[in-house]
Amino acid sequence: MADPMRIRAVAKDGVVNVKVLMSHEMETGQRKDNSGNVVPAHFIQSVTASWQGKTVLSAQWGPAVSKNPFLEFNFKGGQKGDKVQVTWTDNKGDKRTDEATIN
Amino acid sequence: MNRTLKIASVLLAAAVAGPAMPQSAVDEIAKYRLQLQDGNPADLWEARGEDLWKQKRGPKNVSLEQCDLGKGPGVVKGAYAELPRYFADADRVMDLETRLVHCMVTLQGFKQADITKRPFGGPGSRSDYEALGAWITSEAKGYTMAVPMSHPKEQEAFRLGEKMFFFRGGPHDFACATCHGQTGKRIRLQDLPNLTERGDAQRAYTTWPAYRVSQGELRTFQWRLNDCFRQQRFPDLKFTSEASIALTTFLAKNADGGKFNAPAIKR
Repeated sequence: MADPMRIRAVAKDGVVNVKVLMSHEMETGQRKDNSGNVVPAHFIQSVTASWQGKTVLSAQWGPAVSKNPFLEFNFKGGQKGDKVQVTWTDNKGDKRTDEATIN
Repeated sequence: MNRTLKIASVLLAAAVAGPAMPQSAVDEIAKYRLQLQDGNPADLWEARGEDLWKQKRGPKNVSLEQCDLGKGPGVVKGAYAELPRYFADADRVMDLETRLVHCMVTLQGFKQADITKRPFGGPGSRSDYEALGAWITSEAKGYTMAVPMSHPKEQEAFRLGEKMFFFRGGPHDFACATCHGQTGKRIRLQDLPNLTERGDAQRAYTTWPAYRVSQGELRTFQWRLNDCFRQQRFPDLKFTSEASIALTTFLAKNADGGKFNAPAIKR
C-alpha cells in the first residue's frame, strides 16, 4: 500500500492553488540493478483531481516524471472549506486517493 | 550551409560564455534549489516519521513517545539543535540516530543487531532512521544550534572529532580537511564549504538532513559522514560508532549559533 500524498490547497481571489506531493518509485524500466537485471517499469500513469464531483485536472503521465513527484495546479471556483480529491493510478494497477480541505 | 553557420555561432557563443561560466552556473544551481524548496519531498519522510514515532511497535509494543532526546522524555521540539550530547542513562555521547537506536532497544525491545543491519534506505528498502530523522529535525527548524560542552565526555568527543577531521589517511592520503579546510574551493560545480570557518560550517550543518534529488532519498547526517568516508576511500564508517558521533559532535559544535533549517533539499 502506497504512502499518503501531501496535499495543500489554498483559495485566493476565486482561484484555488493546489500542491500535491506523491510518494512513488517512478521506475522507468530502463535501469538495471546490481546483478544486471532490468528493474521493471513502475510509474504513475494517470492523475485526476476533482472538486465537488467535477474533474478539475486529468493528466496522463509516463516514466519521464521524477521519483516522488510534485504537482502544482490552479483551478477556478473553489471555496474555503471545500474538499479537493486527488487520485493516481500506476501501471501495476495500484491506486491511491487522498483528500484535502481548501484553506 | 545555413545549418553549419548556426552550429558555428552556437559554438562561438559557448566559447565567449566560457570564462564566465562557473559563477553563473552557481547562480543557476541556487535558483534551481529555490524552485525546489516548495515541493520538498522530505515532507513525505516527515509524515512517515511522525507516524513511526507515535506507533506502538517492537516486541514490547510501545511507541517512542517516552524516548528522551535530551530535553526530557517525549520532548521533540528543538531537541536536534542540542545534539549530540551526553546521556547519563547510557553513559556516552549520542547523536540523534544513536539515541533512536538506544530508544528502540530499551523502550521497544528491538535487537540492536537487527535494526542496524541496513540503516540507509535504497531501492526497495526504506530506513526508519531517515523517516524519524526527517520528522524530529523538522521540529527543530528555526532553533539556534547550541551543542552542550559541559560534560567531559562531550569535550572528549569534540577533541576526537577534531583530530579525525584533520587526520590524513587511506589510499589517497586524504583528510576531511583536504576538501573542507579552505575557503572558495569546489569540485566541478559543487561549492565546498570550509568547515573550519563558522559561517560555512553553520550553512552546511544546519541543512542536513536533506532530500537528495539525485538519489530520491532523504539522507541524515550519519549517511553524510558515511558517504564522505567512502569518497575518501576510508574503511566503512560504522553506523552510530564512536567515530561517527565524535565527528558529528565536532561539526555540530562548529555550527553553534546557526539557525537550524532542515530537512533541506539538495541536488
